[in-house]
Amino acid sequence: MLLVVDHVSCIYGADTNMPVAALKDINLVIKEGEFIGLIGHTGSGKSTLVQHMNGLIKATDGAIYFHGQDIYDGDFDKKNLRSKVGLVFQYPEHQLFEVDVFSDVCFGPKNLGLPKKEVELRAYKALKQVGILDEYFYQSPFDLSGGQKRRVAIAGVLAMEPEVLILDEPTAGLDPKGRDEILSMIKNLQKEMGITVILVSHSMEDVAEYVDRIVVMNKGEILFNAEPKEVFKHYKQLEEIGLAAPAVTYIMEKCKEAGIPVSTEPTTIYEAKQEILKVLVQRK
Amino acid sequence: MLRDITLGQYYQTESVLHRMDPRVKLAGTLIYMISLFLYKNLTAYILAFLFLLSVIKISKVPFKYMVKGLKTVMVLLFITSIFNIFYTKGEPLFTIWKFVITKEGVANAVYIMIRLSFLIIGSSLMTLTTTPNQLTDGLEKLLGPLKKIKVPVHEVSMMMSIALRFIPILMEETDKIMKAQMARGANFESKKLMEKIKAMVPLLVPLFISAFRRANDLAMAMEARCYQGGEGRTRMKPLVYKKIDYVAYGVLIIYVASVIICGRLIPIHLL
Repeated sequence: MLLVVDHVSCIYGADTNMPVAALKDINLVIKEGEFIGLIGHTGSGKSTLVQHMNGLIKATDGAIYFHGQDIYDGDFDKKNLRSKVGLVFQYPEHQLFEVDVFSDVCFGPKNLGLPKKEVELRAYKALKQVGILDEYFYQSPFDLSGGQKRRVAIAGVLAMEPEVLILDEPTAGLDPKGRDEILSMIKNLQKEMGITVILVSHSMEDVAEYVDRIVVMNKGEILFNAEPKEVFKHYKQLEEIGLAAPAVTYIMEKCKEAGIPVSTEPTTIYEAKQEILKVLVQRK
Repeated sequence: MLRDITLGQYYQTESVLHRMDPRVKLAGTLIYMISLFLYKNLTAYILAFLFLLSVIKISKVPFKYMVKGLKTVMVLLFITSIFNIFYTKGEPLFTIWKFVITKEGVANAVYIMIRLSFLIIGSSLMTLTTTPNQLTDGLEKLLGPLKKIKVPVHEVSMMMSIALRFIPILMEETDKIMKAQMARGANFESKKLMEKIKAMVPLLVPLFISAFRRANDLAMAMEARCYQGGEGRTRMKPLVYKKIDYVAYGVLIIYVASVIICGRLIPIHLL
């Protein structure tokens, strides 16, 4: 039990004439090493939820436990929490500010009060992990391309060596190639470094291939919390809340309707291909 | 965090004041400000207080919401009036260490406090009940005659409306960048001055960059819609005075007249 969200509610603008309930009684358990996709439509409360997880927003009601410790305890070290639960915001490249790439990545570990050597070592490691070449290290971050900027920004959080990495829409505004690169890079981090990853997105297509578990949010509530295959079975309900299952699910459903006895479980193109081939071979 | 600052923000609700023509509100605010500085006695302030109270009541903006954003300004006010206590010459009241506190000084401090707080609340009441668009429309119309002496009224009011429109956007942006840097361990709550200044760099650099980017985008979007200044531009909703606006002007005149008459004939002085 790495992170436990226990009956958390959050109300924005409670003292105005337009209070908005952003989260309603959320319960969620995150285990070590998991890759979780947090999906929801714009305004479903997914960004709000992840900002609770590292203590940036305080819940109106409920509690959050990190390694079994209540993060709202008076003597709980918030700074330590933020280094252990790394949060990469939407469009993280907008937070870059240093004169060169390397010192920008150093910002996080430096704030942790580590010795200079350790700071630089971590920054170097983080930049390597996200696949930034040495030649870019001493360039201004503002001279890089969009995708590279985003990698640098992600490295800025990775350099704090978090146990949980939360990424809020890491693929927003990227082209398909950049998207695939970022997502497979994240998958690598999770597999090789054993980091727990929470990927916030509104696109099922993005997450279907990579995640172990999908949490679907709608209007501040958790609608589904299960394996991708399980969640995509409810594709009609997903459509009702403005989401969709991956295109593959639809193809398999159509095939079944047309009388081809395929399973509708595949969620990736590769799995679908295998399934269709299997059925066709059996027919012969 | 920064959402607490209400200065210059619009508060959405349904009230007579919200429906009023922006020109009336602009003129009213100006007249109210002048009325505060006409006389230096309690009578005028009591009238000003009553007027402000009734306008707040009519506006339906919760008083708590209004004051919440004024806390920082109040600190400034407090400092101003403290200076007034110490630096006004006159009949000595008592002495603390080297400083002589005078009767006039105390009176001045109280007056300044009253004046400025009424002034701030009065003008924030205008922005709370008027959308930025209405406000600049009103301003443009009111300043219209100045066009004859080549004052770029339209351009100025357009700049103003853009500036006002950007306040909440930049606030939100600041909030977001602050959070993003806090997620990277930045500390904005340090007590030491040097550290406080240093902590501003990771906030201000991205903020400026984003402000420039937004300004650039906006200029592009305006050009794409063939905007080229006020020449020959017509309005979708031209400003027209209604009955309620004339009533409001009437009330304003009565208020000013009573301030002048009462302030002159029955002055009550502090101390």
